[in-house]
Amino acid sequence: MGSSGASGNLEGEMEVDAFRRLFPLRFHERHLLESIRPDARPLERARESTVALGAVASADGSAMAKIGHTTMLAAIKMEVMTPSSESPDEGCVAIDFHMPPICSPFVRPGRPAEVAPVIAKQLSDAITSSGMINLKELSLTTGKAAWMAYLDVYCLDADGALFDAALLSAVAAFSHLQIPAVSINEDGRVVTMSREDGDGKLANDPVIKERRKLTLNCILFSLTCILHKKYILADPTAEEESVMETHVTVVLDSSSRLVSLYKPGGPVLAYASAVQDCIALTRHRVKELQKILNEAISDMEVD
Amino acid sequence: MEIDRPDGRTQNQLRPLACSRNILNRAHGSARWSQGDTIVLAAVYGPKAGTKKNENPEKASIEVIWKPKTGQVGKAEKEYELILRRTLQSICVLTINPNTTTSVTLQVVNDDGSLLPCAINAACAALVDAGIPLKHLAVAICCSLTGSGSVVLDPSKLEEQKMEAFMYLVFPNSVHSVLPEGSLHVDGEPMEHGIITSVTHGVMSVDDYLHCLERGHAASARISDFLRRSLQSQALGNPSKAA
Repeated sequence: MGSSGASGNLEGEMEVDAFRRLFPLRFHERHLLESIRPDARPLERARESTVALGAVASADGSAMAKIGHTTMLAAIKMEVMTPSSESPDEGCVAIDFHMPPICSPFVRPGRPAEVAPVIAKQLSDAITSSGMINLKELSLTTGKAAWMAYLDVYCLDADGALFDAALLSAVAAFSHLQIPAVSINEDGRVVTMSREDGDGKLANDPVIKERRKLTLNCILFSLTCILHKKYILADPTAEEESVMETHVTVVLDSSSRLVSLYKPGGPVLAYASAVQDCIALTRHRVKELQKILNEAISDMEVD
Repeated sequence: MEIDRPDGRTQNQLRPLACSRNILNRAHGSARWSQGDTIVLAAVYGPKAGTKKNENPEKASIEVIWKPKTGQVGKAEKEYELILRRTLQSICVLTINPNTTTSVTLQVVNDDGSLLPCAINAACAALVDAGIPLKHLAVAICCSLTGSGSVVLDPSKLEEQKMEAFMYLVFPNSVHSVLPEGSLHVDGEPMEHGIITSVTHGVMSVDDYLHCLERGHAASARISDFLRRSLQSQALGNPSKAA
């Protein structure tokens, strides 16, 4: 009796699985009718998210962010450069986003993912246009030396809402960033001091800037929603993104101003009411993410 | 509140629009769209047999190639390609020619601000010229916000750099239909108020965004009328293309 029950169970599971593969849209719509999603979330709930700071020891600032299975690793390297003549008292931030083939079955070796440069552009647009980082703070000596911050975000697992996870990891990496101490040597060149030098005060050269944290003017968080018929699904998985093709990404800063509202096409038209609903969901999500990030920062300070 | 614009336009005034179609001999459809000094040339080839890997073969696929005026294709061009492809996919009837690829090539002739909206309008006119089945047309507009919160339409490159924020909005065109009034309304709102594409730059308040949406609707209706007139006059003037 027990064995027949088990096989019956298995058959039931097989059927659902086959249905999911053969009729993905109907499978998801059947769930939406019951106001639930295949991973048992309500429509407006985002997946569980975690942030861990200092994931890369060799970088000046780093963070690993997870939203559900989507995993992003962000690391910042600081380098001294000569500022451009147009803005002699400003540093610079260079942002790149990488999708190695391990992150998704749709990324093939040797062929760069189509979305990777687009997400990199969106990230640098959001971070530079929001004024999150005061570039003047990255200046060392006017016209001679300034910091160049290289932010690289690596996608380790692409399971939907890539931009949200990438932005979360980037913001967390900036809040973890420690700008190294610098000194000027005999030739008048700016050199960075390694951590041991900075702590032990071994170097004789005059220190012009101590090791310090970067102040962030505002903090950015984002939420991607799917619009499908009359439903709004927050924080979609990769499967949901491939079945329902209308995505809206809202980026808000800490004072609830709109940094970006990004909707690239899609079969569903967004009316003002849907836009407002998406913004309201994002406001709620900003509070959640703010809490997660603050906890990660205070955990770091305890260690 | 009045704002002085470098070219003496009022806030709501668009630059002169011009559209000519069927200008390339070998393309299946082509169009040249200009808004002031911003000029984009679009060519449509296809539908060609087969789709690329990872595309759904049960639907027609659209490929967009962006050619900048000078220099290499960078991240910005890749982003434009993706936005254009998704936007055009949403207005095409993809189930009519399954397992085909239509390529749309955009050549920037001159960039003087509002480049992406200009390219979307050009691509749309070229798709009509090629006879690709469309659900409706798309009209794109650039709205920008000054520091004091007033909206300026269709900014030039100089204005774009000075503005606090600007956004590219794409709406469906207003449909003239034999169906009774109201059948094209969704939740009491006319279909042309729905946003197909929205891309924003810069920080703004949510209210400013919604305000821009309204102004965008109003301006898109004017571009939509222009597009309709231009398509009709050229369709009458050039019956050979239809055959």
